[in-house]
Amino acid sequence: MVPNNLRYAETHEWASVEGDVCTVGISKFAVEQLTDVVFVELAKLGKPFAAQAAFGQIESVKSVNDLYCPVAGEIVAKNDAVEKDPTLVSADPYGKGWMVKIKMASPADYDKLLTPEQYEKQIASQGH
Amino acid sequence: MALRTALYDWHVAHGGRMVDFAGWDMPVQYSTIIDEHSAVRTGAGLFDISHMGRLSFGGPDALALIQKVYTNDAAVMKEGQVRYGLICNERGGIRDDVLVYRCGWSGHRWLMVVNASNLAKIVDWIADSNGALNAPVYDQTIMTCMIAVQGPRAIELVAGLTEDDASKLAYYYSLPTRCFGQDCVISRTGYTGEDGVELIIDNTHGVKVWEELIRRGAKPCGLGARDTLRLEAAMPLYGHELSEEIDPFQAGLAWAVKLGKGDFRGKEALLRRQDDATLHRRVGLELKGKRIAREGALIKSAGRTVGVVSSGTHSPTFARPIAMGYVDPAFQMVGSSLAVDIRGNDEDAVVVAMPFYKRSRS
Repeated sequence: MVPNNLRYAETHEWASVEGDVCTVGISKFAVEQLTDVVFVELAKLGKPFAAQAAFGQIESVKSVNDLYCPVAGEIVAKNDAVEKDPTLVSADPYGKGWMVKIKMASPADYDKLLTPEQYEKQIASQGH
Repeated sequence: MALRTALYDWHVAHGGRMVDFAGWDMPVQYSTIIDEHSAVRTGAGLFDISHMGRLSFGGPDALALIQKVYTNDAAVMKEGQVRYGLICNERGGIRDDVLVYRCGWSGHRWLMVVNASNLAKIVDWIADSNGALNAPVYDQTIMTCMIAVQGPRAIELVAGLTEDDASKLAYYYSLPTRCFGQDCVISRTGYTGEDGVELIIDNTHGVKVWEELIRRGAKPCGLGARDTLRLEAAMPLYGHELSEEIDPFQAGLAWAVKLGKGDFRGKEALLRRQDDATLHRRVGLELKGKRIAREGALIKSAGRTVGVVSSGTHSPTFARPIAMGYVDPAFQMVGSSLAVDIRGNDEDAVVVAMPFYKRSRS
């Protein structure tokens, strides 16, 4: 079950919106697929990003993956704690493991993201 | 369809994440790689390694056939002894790295354990090498299970499991015994850098032995932890550190090549290659940063490419990245400062002695 108060990207980022600021992290499913996260690197503040542009990288024992902006905009905050302690992402992906806050260029981007039901469906088909 | 070991259903039922490995459906992990890794370093871990190829050799010429394809010297092995060695092509490149067991207790006097990915190739190579020799080879892989118990507690944990006790075995020795009344072979061998045993038993008894070992406290571990463990122990993995293009000297495995033992396939090329100072050598690398140098990443010195990474991971024991790779011999000395190109960034690395991890022997 994925949290039903969030939206999701096909690339497994979650998004939650407050005003025109979107908080982004990665889903529990993504964390479970990666397992053993050892490194997180996030982009610097103030940079504008297109939707689907890479805003960082996450590395586990098994693989390294880009992190993608679910929405276009400028990164106005980032979670330094996950760069210092990447295990936060595995321990609490929807809470302390958040990654960046993006000031949305176009709030309509958020509505284009997958609903919890749609995302559930996607991960069910990828699960096994 | 992928091949399945006798433990396949157990793996699936217990949350094993299954992946294709050399044509087998194998568990890469049950919990997390780091958890499973530390279970092996501090207690005991359990591995299904039934995908490894198991060939037994019979007939009066079994030893002669093994000697013809094997770089180490099987003739001087004692009864029960197990020895690591290579099978080389005519150019001196490595076709496979194998363990040879001198059994001596049955018609099939020798056993060879080969990599799953190379089994078909090695069976063909051996058939091609057989010539007029009378040495039938039997592939026992799909009829049997192979289970590894590894870690500082492994020996106490298998006490009494088999009729003859594994604690009596010297390192790299094996013996035939019985487990739950079933014939089996137990050896004090492994691929983790820890003490431990490997057990070969008929498929019918695989799950029974596996569950008994869990009951005794061993933690099931997947291929993910097997890889981080062998990397810390700087043990080469075929397809990464070893290939048809790499010779045993480059790989740091000269100790497993006995050029004085008589003729064997690849020997002429090995005599030429052993002192070739132009060939890249295997080294251990420690990275200064947190990013993992993965297979294929270029190793550089002063901006110039001097080698390539063959395997890399995050070392759970040391909590930092380690890697192995092949470099120009001018840069192979311990202490050489190098860089690894990780996704476009040059990350500092230093050549360190191998193995990265060495167990304390009591």
